[in-house]
Amino acid sequence: MPSLKLEAITTSHLDPVDLLISEGETVVLHGQSGSGKSLLLRAIADLDDHAGDARLDETSCSSMPAPEWRRQVGYLTAETHWWATLVGEHFHAINSELVTRLGLPAEVFEWEVSRLSTGEKQRLGIARLLDNQPDALLLDEPTANLDTEHTNRAEAVIKAYQAEHRCPVLWVSHSPEQRRRVADRIFRIEERRLVQEPE
Amino acid sequence: MTLISLTITDLLIAAVLVLLVALLSWRLYLGSAKQLLIAATRSAIQLMLLGYVLHLLFESNSLPFIAALSLFMLSVAGYEVMARQKQRFRGPWGYGIGAVSMFISSFSIMLLTLLVIIQPDPWYKPQYAIPLLGMLLGNTMTGIAVGLDNLTRNAWELRNQIEARLILGQRWSEAIADIRKEALRSGLIPIINSMAAAGVVSLPGMMTGQILAGSPPYEAAKYQLLIMYLITAGTGFGSLAAVWLGSRHLFDDRHRLRLERLKKR
Repeated sequence: MPSLKLEAITTSHLDPVDLLISEGETVVLHGQSGSGKSLLLRAIADLDDHAGDARLDETSCSSMPAPEWRRQVGYLTAETHWWATLVGEHFHAINSELVTRLGLPAEVFEWEVSRLSTGEKQRLGIARLLDNQPDALLLDEPTANLDTEHTNRAEAVIKAYQAEHRCPVLWVSHSPEQRRRVADRIFRIEERRLVQEPE
Repeated sequence: MTLISLTITDLLIAAVLVLLVALLSWRLYLGSAKQLLIAATRSAIQLMLLGYVLHLLFESNSLPFIAALSLFMLSVAGYEVMARQKQRFRGPWGYGIGAVSMFISSFSIMLLTLLVIIQPDPWYKPQYAIPLLGMLLGNTMTGIAVGLDNLTRNAWELRNQIEARLILGQRWSEAIADIRKEALRSGLIPIINSMAAAGVVSLPGMMTGQILAGSPPYEAAKYQLLIMYLITAGTGFGSLAAVWLGSRHLFDDRHRLRLERLKKR
């Protein structure tokens, strides 16, 4: 099963980052707005020009086609975007059981995207990400727009997927309670560096 | 039927009409009088000059002269395409995409028409080559300009959607497919509309000109049809090339959206 390794990944906001996230491990990242958390995730997903490389097990990002890398290293952006009219058009497989666990009705796939609330979009964003069956997860505040009940549901779905696939997770969260709930290790960004917090 | 030659007085009568419109617009404080006069003067100078240059060209029948004029027309058309973009590509691409697309479509179709279809003697006879190229370039230019403008504007506005698709592992060509389709459609709509309306709603300019110059209407209709198909093919190939090249240049080899390659006006 895979581990996610960052090798001197450098962005405009961060000095070179070296980090190994083992299989099944959750590393949570926090820091002030604009400190470069999202830019780091974007660099790992290879969406921006950056120095350094990332590896999924022994396979480096630069050695495989970018689309394939992005399917394996699933990235959930803080705000989700949708291009087709109906929700279902954004999915490969209709997984009613998954959306039900996220607190959405099974008919949600037939809904029009334009009618979705921010919270519904965020939960469907998680479902759409997992629909790709990624081997690692990069989550940018996946529950920022959710109430307590739906936050718990979303966390449970992510954790269940992680347990089943033993995938490494890099999770950005502003909530101290959530960090304590989900993290194996916690880092914060301070002066362009990742600083590990004591357990 | 022979051609009735126009005198200076004939042209002056028409010019007075334009002057009257300008005067009326000025008296009623409606603006545009100045632009109208400038444009009317410009067109008089440009067309007289063109008439003179074509006269020289027809006399000389020289291939280098014709080639030079063709390249001049292409370079101006390339500039026009670039100038019409709200968001154009930075650097040589801004000019290059339009110019290259027009070159491959208009020039190849002109050559095909001269060498295979019309076959004048010599094949580069300027009486055929220059008007043909002018009509091809004029229309192709519009199609390419509209298509590219649509492509870059939508790529900018829908950048989040494009990135969402890339993030989920789509290739660049999938991520921009809808936008590309729309861009191509917008480039082709004017020519599709003009084909549909030809002869029913509008009497196309070239056919009108030929009839006024004394050609039998049936011959004029055949020429018009030929030109219309050539223009459609030119616009089609040109827009396809421009939209493909443009959309490719919006991404790098790692399938990343590179909007910084555009500059806003």
